[in-house]
Amino acid sequence: MGDPFLKIDNLSKVYGETHALSDIFLFLHAGELLVVLGPTGAGKTTLLRIIAGLEVPDAGRVVVEGMDMTHCLPAERDVALVFQNFSLYPNKTVRQNLEFPLRAPGRNLSKTEIANRISDTANLLRIAPLLDRPATHLSGGEMQRVAIGRAIVRQPRLFLFDEPLTNLDAKLREVLRVELIRLQRDLGTPMIYVTHDRVEALSMGDRIAVLSEGKILQIGSPEDIYQRPNSPVVARQLGYPPINLIEVHKRADQWFTASNHGIVAADRNAPQRATLGIRPENIFPHGGEIPATIEAVENLGASTILLGTWADRPIHILITGETQWHPGDVIYPSVDPNRVVVWERRNEE
Amino acid sequence: MVSPHRATHKRETPMPFLELQNLQKTYPDGTRAVRGIDLAVDEGEFIVLLGPSGCGKTTTLRMIAGLEDPTDGQIVLGNRNVTHLPPSQRDVGFVFQFYALYPHMTAKKNIAFPLENIGTSPSDIDATIDRVARALGIEALLDQYPRQLSGGDQQRVSLARAMVRTPDVYLMDEPLGTLDAEHRLELRAFIRRQQLALSTTAIYVTHDQEEAMSLADRMVVMEGGKIKQTGSPPEIYNHPADLFVANFVGSPGMNLIDGQIVQHEDGLAFTRLGANVHIPIHLRVAPPRAILGIRPEFIRPANRGVPGKVVLGEYLGSHAYVHVDTPLGELVMHAPDRFAIGESIHLRLDEGRVCLFDPDTGMALARSAGMKDVKLYGRSISQN
Amino acid sequence: MRGWRWLVIVPYFLLATLPLCWLFLTSLKTQEAAISSTASLIPTTDENIAPGGLKFSATGDAYRKLATPHTGKAHAFFHYLFNSVIIGLLSALASVVLGTGCAYGFSRFRIAGTRDWLFFIFSTRFLPPLAVVVPVLMMYRLFDLPNTHLGLILLYTAFNLSLAVWLMKGFIDEIPRAYEEAALVDGYSPFQAFYKIILPHSATGMAVTAVFCLISAWNEYGFALALNNAEAVTVPVYFAGLQGNIQGIPWPQIAAGVLIFVVPIAVFTVLVRKHLLRGVTFGTIKQ
Repeated sequence: MGDPFLKIDNLSKVYGETHALSDIFLFLHAGELLVVLGPTGAGKTTLLRIIAGLEVPDAGRVVVEGMDMTHCLPAERDVALVFQNFSLYPNKTVRQNLEFPLRAPGRNLSKTEIANRISDTANLLRIAPLLDRPATHLSGGEMQRVAIGRAIVRQPRLFLFDEPLTNLDAKLREVLRVELIRLQRDLGTPMIYVTHDRVEALSMGDRIAVLSEGKILQIGSPEDIYQRPNSPVVARQLGYPPINLIEVHKRADQWFTASNHGIVAADRNAPQRATLGIRPENIFPHGGEIPATIEAVENLGASTILLGTWADRPIHILITGETQWHPGDVIYPSVDPNRVVVWERRNEE
Repeated sequence: MVSPHRATHKRETPMPFLELQNLQKTYPDGTRAVRGIDLAVDEGEFIVLLGPSGCGKTTTLRMIAGLEDPTDGQIVLGNRNVTHLPPSQRDVGFVFQFYALYPHMTAKKNIAFPLENIGTSPSDIDATIDRVARALGIEALLDQYPRQLSGGDQQRVSLARAMVRTPDVYLMDEPLGTLDAEHRLELRAFIRRQQLALSTTAIYVTHDQEEAMSLADRMVVMEGGKIKQTGSPPEIYNHPADLFVANFVGSPGMNLIDGQIVQHEDGLAFTRLGANVHIPIHLRVAPPRAILGIRPEFIRPANRGVPGKVVLGEYLGSHAYVHVDTPLGELVMHAPDRFAIGESIHLRLDEGRVCLFDPDTGMALARSAGMKDVKLYGRSISQN
Repeated sequence: MRGWRWLVIVPYFLLATLPLCWLFLTSLKTQEAAISSTASLIPTTDENIAPGGLKFSATGDAYRKLATPHTGKAHAFFHYLFNSVIIGLLSALASVVLGTGCAYGFSRFRIAGTRDWLFFIFSTRFLPPLAVVVPVLMMYRLFDLPNTHLGLILLYTAFNLSLAVWLMKGFIDEIPRAYEEAALVDGYSPFQAFYKIILPHSATGMAVTAVFCLISAWNEYGFALALNNAEAVTVPVYFAGLQGNIQGIPWPQIAAGVLIFVVPIAVFTVLVRKHLLRGVTFGTIKQ
């Protein structure tokens, strides 16, 4: 693949006592969309701000297209950043907001060039009718579209998006998410997209980097991370409903829970004590021996979530389509042993 | 905890427990937030008001609570006209989106606060807190101060505080708004269990259609200050009343295709000009133009059918939404896995699950048997 | 409800504006009418009215006389008004410029001991300024600053700067940091981001701060008296100096001068009162 477009090399940042980022290594290939996923306080935003040049790292390098940019001013980096909270300058119209980055010194764009870029961007994002409105007279979705417009109108070499959809309605998020995937692909500009939303991470990323407490826990394709998470912490951050995590020990090639229920076959080479990760869609409501009581049935239209108690512990089961189950029903779930993720447990807690 | 008088009260009066009659709210600046809402709620029902921001759902809820004064219309609660009564005289419990905890009180004190306020005996308070804490799994946190709790735990404690009282009606304004997906399911289950156990009437406001589908006995879909449709979640999901509901409910919403209805083979079929694709319609009469709606899960990959090319895949782990460019337009399909972009595939649309809408009014055309409405459109195509 | 409101507001308004009304009436009188022991309240254009009645004949003489130097004084009133305007405006301008720069630094950069610095700045207001009048006078003598405009401008700027820093910090804290960061990423230098984004957004705050500083310099008396006896005498000092004048105190002229001195500030304050209130709450409640 040649040299990566962006290389983050051994990056660390400390604020007082907190290690916001420790020893981060990351690549971003040309044209790639990398999602950085993590809970609040994981260091996602700090990482973006260092790449943008708004923070200086305590150690490590940011290399873009072979050039060390670690200590360059933001203006020299030619990256566009979409902030989570800031959307637009309230005292300017939509057009002035879009013009602002183009009028930056050193960009030296002609008047016609500026006008062309703005009309192209406005058409692309379907905000052309809004151009002369004050930024304060926009709905949440329109504002976010214009904010994204501010980023793409510049034609930068890298997009940095910091949870741009977090404060929007669910429906709007869903629509803009698909628009963003298309936009990034059509423009071909590499993008780092920071989010804590599990749906955004899986559906948008070419690759996902899972960040927790300033460290990268795993990097890989969405399939990789969803199906083969390297730790329970990673597993819990992806997928909806959340993964079932069950602590077990092995006896006679069966995994037994703490309540001594043998729930699924174990591999001969598996460790003695382990945590199992079972995705809700890999538990089937029949075919097993241990009874489970259904406590709630959530019919979501295309699929149904069953919440219940199985082997003395809560479980989530995901069924495609509608079901005939009701709260209070007893089912005998079974698990596909090939679809279970096993992590060895070394010391008792 | 169900008070006995309420049960008898219900038998005596055939009237609904809570009734909104032509409820309206116009703000002094001229914004018409709510433009005439009629809704009858039975006792013990769980109603979810669903809609995008600005649709008037929160204003409606606040008017029921007495936090806003209606411009017009009436609110009847348990046979009493409460339209202009202050909140304190309505016996409603309001659960806010951001329900801050008192920082100088332990979790337990926080939860006890609304009960002490109405003079509940200490033993009753302890019993109630025990029950609620167990249901929410926060027994171990009771003696901690808010600053010692994680965000999710704080939200659970605040929900507990909001729900220890047993008023006539719970009014909830996106109480799970900021919560992480991991805790949403359990808190949703808690709210539902709590409401069922106390058989308290509940009105819950959200913009999240999944929350609405999973919680509601009846959903009320709102837009532009008006009710678009009222019905049980499956009713609304499967038979949306108009294009707005079809798109808003479901994630992603229904595929909507603008096209014509023509005579094809033995009956009527939906097609699109220039597309050599016909989807049989189980209607005897229909207007010449229509919008066809079909949910992503009723489109499947098949060996033959509508040809198309994959343009986008949204991988979600347990399944994927695949966007396919077809002669009918772009269709979103619910598939077990994603396909390679650019791949040529064929789609089969489940004819039995198709909805039809009038392109001019956006309203749903009557389903299969309901011929009456369709005839209004005049020309019967089957006679051509 | 409305009626009750007026029942309170109208009498209070009359009471509060009574001194101004009295000043206005006095400014229209002759010296004799002004010092008469009976109150005459109704101005008329009739020139031949006997003193002692409710009516008096109005004259613009007091205003006309403001243009000529009064007995025993070197300059006319307008000279001293000009001093007040120059000193007030320049010191307000200096306070706002320095205060904004300083507040921006405290608001946006990590400065070691920010809280201590801010407290130190605030603490300069704890002492009544007049307590240091003697050392200030001695320092000024050393630098030849008494009797100069610059001396008072420096002094008022020094006193008002702490207020300006605190007010401006409140306003700048309110401007989201992302506003300038977006500009930085868009290709603007830090100074351009400050100039193009922060300045326009803090214009209200700067106007409010300027008004506070101007009022405080405008009305200051003690230092103006102690540091001057000739060149840079301001209006308050000039009027006070008319006491014991050999021709008696020229009340109509004082009234006319005071009106000219007070009314612009009063009208302006009423016009920007909303912003002033915002400024006050920023400075005192926030932080």
